[in-house]
Amino acid sequence: MTYLAKPKLLSADAPRNALGYTRRDYEGAISTLCAGCGHDSISAAVVQACFDLDIEPHKVAKLSGIGCSSKTPDYFLGNSHGFNSVHGRMPSVLTGAALANRNLTYLGVSGDGDSASIGIGQFAHAMRRGVNMTYIVENNGVYGLTKGQFSATADKGSKSKKGVINSDSPIDLAALALQLGATYVARSFSGDKEQLIPLIKGALCHGGPAFIDVISPCVTFNNHSGSTKSYDYVREHNAAVNRVDVILPKAQIETSYPPGSLRRVVQHDGSILHLRKLGVDYDPSDRIGAINHLQERQALGEIVTGLLYVNSSVQDMHAHLNTVEKPLNQLGDAYLCPGSKALDALNALLR
Amino acid sequence: MTRVQAIQNCNDFVIKFANVNGSGSSSANELFARAVIRMGVPVAPRNIFPSNIQGLPTWYEVRVSEAGWLGARGGCDMMVAMNPQTWDRDVAAIDPGGYLLYDSTKPLPQSKFRDDITVLGVPLTDICNREYEDPRQRQLFKNIMYVGALLALLDMEFAAAEKLIVDRYRGKDQLIKANVNALRLGYDHAKANLPCPIGLRVKRADAVGDRILIDGNSACGLGAVYGGATVAGWYPITPSTSVIEAFSSYCRKYRTDPDNGRARYAIVQAEDELASIGMVLGAAWNGARAFTATSGPGISLMQEFFGLAYFAEVPAVIFDVQRGSPSTGMPTRTQQSDLISCAYASHGDTRHVLLFPEDPHECFTLGAQAFDLADRLQTPVFVLSDLDIGMNERLCAPFDWDDSRRYDRGKLMTYDELEAGKTFGRYLDVDGDGIPYRTIPGTHPTRGAYFTRGTTRNAYAKYSELGADYVYNMERLRRKFDTAKTLVPAPVLRNAAQPTRYGAIHFGSTGPAMAEASVLLEADDVHVDTLRVRAFPFSDEVMRFIAEHECVFVVEQNESGQLRSLLINEGEIDPKKLVRVLHYDGSPITARFIAGKIANALSDRKVSPITTPLRKVAP
Ligand SMILES: Cc1ncc(C[n+]2csc(CCOP(=O)(O)OP(=O)(O)O)c2C)c(N)n1
Ligand code: SF4
Ligand SMILES: [Mg+2]
Repeated sequence: MTYLAKPKLLSADAPRNALGYTRRDYEGAISTLCAGCGHDSISAAVVQACFDLDIEPHKVAKLSGIGCSSKTPDYFLGNSHGFNSVHGRMPSVLTGAALANRNLTYLGVSGDGDSASIGIGQFAHAMRRGVNMTYIVENNGVYGLTKGQFSATADKGSKSKKGVINSDSPIDLAALALQLGATYVARSFSGDKEQLIPLIKGALCHGGPAFIDVISPCVTFNNHSGSTKSYDYVREHNAAVNRVDVILPKAQIETSYPPGSLRRVVQHDGSILHLRKLGVDYDPSDRIGAINHLQERQALGEIVTGLLYVNSSVQDMHAHLNTVEKPLNQLGDAYLCPGSKALDALNALLR
Repeated sequence: MTRVQAIQNCNDFVIKFANVNGSGSSSANELFARAVIRMGVPVAPRNIFPSNIQGLPTWYEVRVSEAGWLGARGGCDMMVAMNPQTWDRDVAAIDPGGYLLYDSTKPLPQSKFRDDITVLGVPLTDICNREYEDPRQRQLFKNIMYVGALLALLDMEFAAAEKLIVDRYRGKDQLIKANVNALRLGYDHAKANLPCPIGLRVKRADAVGDRILIDGNSACGLGAVYGGATVAGWYPITPSTSVIEAFSSYCRKYRTDPDNGRARYAIVQAEDELASIGMVLGAAWNGARAFTATSGPGISLMQEFFGLAYFAEVPAVIFDVQRGSPSTGMPTRTQQSDLISCAYASHGDTRHVLLFPEDPHECFTLGAQAFDLADRLQTPVFVLSDLDIGMNERLCAPFDWDDSRRYDRGKLMTYDELEAGKTFGRYLDVDGDGIPYRTIPGTHPTRGAYFTRGTTRNAYAKYSELGADYVYNMERLRRKFDTAKTLVPAPVLRNAAQPTRYGAIHFGSTGPAMAEASVLLEADDVHVDTLRVRAFPFSDEVMRFIAEHECVFVVEQNESGQLRSLLINEGEIDPKKLVRVLHYDGSPITARFIAGKIANALSDRKVSPITTPLRKVAP
């Protein structure tokens, strides 16, 4: 178990964000995951991202399926409502929640088993529907909670802890998300918080379906040699296409653009993504190019990370449904019930 | 016509229309049914539509009954045979002495008819070809024309049908003129060439009152609008699809923001039933009133989520329009066979609230009430309708709504209460009724948030695997279910004309047939008190009714006696006391069937000792 040491008293000079909150205000219960589990690093990245973005914790709803990964929403944002739903079905629950109140920020947390195996259908349809959410898959290539069976993202030829070689082809969730209509698609590594935190921040500001596939090693069942989801393997094969910096609208005047920036993307809420190219010439506004790049590099055994695709002119599900501005869960009786007069008129038509 | 006397009946007969699907016959047939109603005579129309026969034949049956019997009767006094493909069986289905109306354009050999019925031919195609150019018009007006002929044959008021057309197409004068003209053509032809009127007649009466004619699925959709539903997640399945279609069209009418045309509702067609119920739970967890509509196979797919909703205590409304199962099991035929799969849906020790509407009026009232119950009890509530009420128009009491009524949103802890320091334990029984308080996401910056999950938590929603916490929770859920007994709609008791040791329990669409059966039995001096159960869990009155009768028939439309099983299980009733009366061939249950079964069972019993004191005759 990971007991992240938490001092009882907060030091007076702990940094505070624009809302006056410290990082502590974005933390949750103590994690019960294995020490060194990649998932804990992702939780820490979520805490940092929300703190940096000055998000009000209670305006976030965090939803998950079932698995070690899906337990993690209990370990961050303790002042947010959370919903540990059923295995593979978080996307539908999140969709319903988003329908009820368009004004909250929705964070979906899932595992590779949860999203690529049992829940692949719901994963696909939530992307298609344009649900405004940040969807993070904590991808370790195994079912952690049920003790290490291969999941559908395990690479062909990858070796299990017990020595079994996986013979099935892997599902690449990022490639699927690209194909299915997600408008912000990224891949990252739990061991690289410099890369991960800005990607989460960019997703939270995105305004449409944002998907991040985070390779997150399972130290207990999938961190041995022969595994393609171990810390060592991912470090060696990581091929990042870019680095992102997220600049909030209010901070833009003071910020001097970091050197080497090649691309600026203004998102719907005014936040700006600064993308620094790394090595390859990569264009994250080209969806088909992104799909091709993933395929080519994967064939070479590389794990492509970074912001793979972003389309800043998004329309979310509420725009498609033309729902009223006020959240549906806040409409009073008078807005919902047509009353007795309307019934009398209807009765007359039915005689 | 030899030997058999032609049937002579006024305001009491069954007429059947045999049509080809998609030929525009349904609106003409409905015009006929409504014309009878406009003459003050009740009708019970029913669609019969097999799901898998080439050429897609459909039948529409209208029971005309001044006495007001709305259950299916069985038999057929008159057949309007418009489908050559089903001709033989349609002619065979007519009761001896009955009538056949057909399109006599093409001559048919004598062998195609029967000699114990009255055959009435109208050259409909001929007349249409003469009168209309456009093939589509020829087809549509042919239907209106046979309705015109029926008006003459049954001695009906032409003006009643004409007025209906005027009302239906108000403002579209061309359409009115053309339809009335077709109606007139049929009417005049029959008057001139057929023995009008025949032995079956409709005579003006005053037996309809202010009742309306509507199908149960439309009424469920309307109930959801009035019940305050804003989110619907669904997946198409017969016979429930039209619940959502109705919800959608009533929402467009009543829930479009007049200022900007935007929707005060959201309807999402999901990828399957798992996703539909998932969306419902997500929306309801987030404080919106949400529902889905489905049928048996969908209920099966939703099982895991029902368990989560039960234990995490998330409200939800599920309209289950029951039919034969599985997917290839008579999906277009009616049944009441999802009681058990709904009552105890899902894994673990779950039990759910079920409501049983009898007709479209109750589809509306119970449908709307379901949302209050779901919020109050923080649990899924199932409205168990069926194909017979769902997809057929039924004469029923008009809809009404008390404008002073406010939605019961249940125990929601507010920002102010949290701010004032009120203790919040998501699964804490503060009031002793088993119902805890809940908060909606976003309520308060630092108080009232909780992590929702099944049962691995304590009363404060903190992670716990302690046995004592689990037991506390289960005992509270049991108390909550007891509270539900006091909140659900009460059963409807109808005492026999004289005190009796015999009772009959029934529910849902069996109501009209049961009421008629009681009268049939009474004519044979068999007396049975009846109780129409309207909800599960059963209120104390239901158990009292069983205790007060020596023998209770449980009348239902399924093969295994599912209501009976629930009664035995929940009430610890001696199974011998509850006698099965089961109808499950896919057709709606009839009074003749019920009365026959009960009369037989009682004559088998002959002498039985009186062990229960009889109810006193009311002074
Ligand atoms: C319907 C259902 N089937 C099986 C399970 C058992 N189960 C729990 S977690 C899990 C796999 C989780 O794998 P993943 O999503 O990759 O999460 P991880 O633990 O690896 O983070 C399974 C199969 C379940 N909870 N529900
Ligand atoms: S089993 Fe694996 S995934 Fe689960 S907590 Fe342990 S390291 Fe993490
Ligand atoms: Mg996993």
